[in-house]
Amino acid sequence: MTVFIVRRLIQSAIVLFAMSLIVFIGVYAIGNPVEIFLSGDADQAERERVIATLGLDRPLWEQYWLFIEGAARGDLGNSFVHNRPALQLIIERMPATMELALAAMALAIVFGIPLGMYAGFRPHSALGRGIMAGSILGFSLPTFWVGLMLIMIFAVELGWLPSTGRGQTANVFGIATSLATRDGLVHVLLPAFNLALFKLSLVIRLARAGVRENMLMDYVKFARAKGLSMRRVVFVHVLKNILIPIVTVLGLELGSVIAFSVVTETIFAWPGMGKLIIDSINHLDRPVIVAYLLVTVTLFIVINLVVDVLYSVLDPRVRLADVKG
Amino acid sequence: MATALDDRPAPATPVAVQSPFRRFVVDFVASPLAVFGFAVFMLIVFVAIAAPLISPQNPYDLMQLDILDGRVAPGGKSSAGYTFFLGSDSQGRDMLSGIFYGLRISLGVGVMSAIVAVFIGMSAGLTAAYFGGRIDALIMRIVDIQLSFPAILVALILLAVLGQGTGKIIVALVAVQWAYYARTVRGTALVERRKEYIEAASCLALGHARIVFRHLLPNCLPPLIVVGTVQVAHAIALEATLSFLGIGLPITEPSLGLLIANGFEYILSGKYWISFFPGLALLLTIVSINLVGDQLRDVLNPRLQR
Amino acid sequence: MLNAVNDVSFTVSAGEILGLVGESGSGKTVTGFSIMGLVDPPGRIAGGRILFKGRDLVGLPENEMRRLRGARIAMIFQDPMMTLNPVLRIETQMVEAVRAHADVSADEALARARNALGRVGIPSPDERLKAYPHQFSGGMRQRVAIATALINKPDLIIADEPTTALDVTIQGQILFEVQKLCCETGTALIWITHDLSVVASLADRVCVMYAGKIVEEGSVDAILDRPAHPYTHGLIGSVPSRNHKGTPLAQIPGVMPSMLDLPGGCSFRPRCARADRACETPPGVDEIGDGRRVRCVHPLVGAPA
Repeated sequence: MTVFIVRRLIQSAIVLFAMSLIVFIGVYAIGNPVEIFLSGDADQAERERVIATLGLDRPLWEQYWLFIEGAARGDLGNSFVHNRPALQLIIERMPATMELALAAMALAIVFGIPLGMYAGFRPHSALGRGIMAGSILGFSLPTFWVGLMLIMIFAVELGWLPSTGRGQTANVFGIATSLATRDGLVHVLLPAFNLALFKLSLVIRLARAGVRENMLMDYVKFARAKGLSMRRVVFVHVLKNILIPIVTVLGLELGSVIAFSVVTETIFAWPGMGKLIIDSINHLDRPVIVAYLLVTVTLFIVINLVVDVLYSVLDPRVRLADVKG
Repeated sequence: MATALDDRPAPATPVAVQSPFRRFVVDFVASPLAVFGFAVFMLIVFVAIAAPLISPQNPYDLMQLDILDGRVAPGGKSSAGYTFFLGSDSQGRDMLSGIFYGLRISLGVGVMSAIVAVFIGMSAGLTAAYFGGRIDALIMRIVDIQLSFPAILVALILLAVLGQGTGKIIVALVAVQWAYYARTVRGTALVERRKEYIEAASCLALGHARIVFRHLLPNCLPPLIVVGTVQVAHAIALEATLSFLGIGLPITEPSLGLLIANGFEYILSGKYWISFFPGLALLLTIVSINLVGDQLRDVLNPRLQR
Repeated sequence: MLNAVNDVSFTVSAGEILGLVGESGSGKTVTGFSIMGLVDPPGRIAGGRILFKGRDLVGLPENEMRRLRGARIAMIFQDPMMTLNPVLRIETQMVEAVRAHADVSADEALARARNALGRVGIPSPDERLKAYPHQFSGGMRQRVAIATALINKPDLIIADEPTTALDVTIQGQILFEVQKLCCETGTALIWITHDLSVVASLADRVCVMYAGKIVEEGSVDAILDRPAHPYTHGLIGSVPSRNHKGTPLAQIPGVMPSMLDLPGGCSFRPRCARADRACETPPGVDEIGDGRRVRCVHPLVGAPA
């Protein structure tokens, strides 16, 4: 197990290094770093100060080292728009994005698994077919358009749910989250559902395929031959078997949910990282862009690592293979 | 009952001389849904190409627009007596015409990026499969790393670094797609490479390029076509998303995504049509391509054929 | 509609071991699943009776059938690699079998599981209970499956070729243990197999199945020594160990017909050396003494009255 984690850590470090290199080349070599780190109205003195701090007169590898050093210290420059450290801005916005992503994941699991399992057990029933048709549609619908339609229906026409903002937050373990207040939950519902739609379709498909495949297995018949109720066979034996691929896939998808929250946050004016990056791109607030990219890439690598470890904990077969290997 | 020793001549079965293409068409039309999808897609392509000819109005000729006709509900009339079937936007622009022109831009950008991405991905995949070893490892590692990041993030990184513009969004879409093509082509090419016909070609001392392009490539096409259809749909959706976010196409190229974005602020006042109809057109495009893609996957699936 | 099994009738008494013998596809397994009430849809029991202690299992409500399954009638499957759930501990899978039928504490259920594992000869059961199926060899898994089947002390065990997938040495051990356990507990056993040599060393009585029908039934000694049905005769002739060295192995010509395309009359007719016009009508069942029954117009022993 330890060997496995160490091996994955080394791999992650390599990917992180490669990504930092790409961001560095993108920002420093392709673009003009002075332009990137200076707002348009900076004067000559400031311009020279930036050139000196970035060490633009030095060789490229030294510049890269300075960039990495700065990143390691958490110093990625100040936002032009907010005039505060870019990294700090990102970190502040992170809880809002995370809670939105987690709420979306929760919705996808809570609705996706039962719907998918039903479609797996009754593939030819009207409801089973309906669920599958819905999931195909869920894959094709453009997220942002669905978001607009959700606002139109639930906020404008019916007036049931608020369309924008995060609502009231409360502190849980020192992190302000809207999942802890009623007002916050009401606000999170529409954006979370919007963000969940794609993953919901995915979970439905995975659960359906898993059920269909597993119900044909001998272990299901043996479990029934033991006199277990159908309920126990389905909700313990089959569910545990289909959960493993679903959890793995969803874990890997957490990163993509965070990336896609860019769209949802913009539509629902949700004050998270995604809305920040779009605003920053539109305002050419480049330090924030660089900080966002590095933070997101790191986040991705951490998520992939955690999922791999989690997967090995969940599936006893993988765990054993690793002890042997 | 016929037995094995039956010496009567076998009934003359009509020997179906079917070309592969003919068989493909027969298999494809077996699914009515796919045929429907194909028909809808062809209609969309026609509308996109013929937009200037069939649009009731040139939506970007300012001489034809009247700001007083702004935000007319579907079915309403313009001051000149013209009917806005799908309503008008804030500039008094006919939505139907806007959608026709939008389809033209969305499809154009999507298809263009797909063509470039296919070319790059195919070259990379074939190179990796044909030469193997370190070249293969390097190319595939890059593909793996890129595919571990969601498309929208990759596009976001590129647009943030490169800035905006039509050319840049095509670059971003290509960058997002090429890895899928590379992986697909490499996968099939690796299988094909081990087959005897490639060995035979090598024995004839044909050049690398000739073997790769005349022998290997044609056999890698079916999976490439399947991945290609799905990817075009993805590219169109991604472009619309980026344009909606305001970091995609410039306002001089009003794709469906931009049309939807234009209607965003009017949604809250109940003027749904400015966003709704372009979205519907986008949905129809994506669904029809996906329907065709699903059937293509079934028909061209090499595992089912061999 | 396809009749996988038709006109099958046999009895097993307490403590008795019945061998159900036939080629693959002859309907042995379907017979076993029918008794368990586990025929997969769209398959179903179209008619007939399955009497268990005087109670008809056909048409029994699912809930009552469930209470019998695993408690009074247990089943062991062919492939031990597939029968245990890969993601649940042995402990979980055995304890749930106990608690599905008896309202006992988790500790008590665990004790029974430990006891059952001990009985099938698994060393250090405590450690084994915590393990997952993939940590066991095929033979050990089959022992776990047998222990699970035995755990509620059922009256009848249906064993569907439980040793076919195992090594020969393991086969012998398992046969021996199962025989011993049935002897000790008075459990009736239906042993489904295609292997006559297994039946010879294990069973009290034998039913030979062909194309979904029982063609011969009787005590194991009588049938092996003096088979009445030509098919049984052919089966015995094709067991290598029963033949003298140097003589070519006898075999039954042809293959079993598809159930979709059965010949009229006796199903064995196309492969039978003794077949004639009389075999074109379906043969009835004849008693030929010693509790033996045969479904043949031209039996090899005890000509019909």
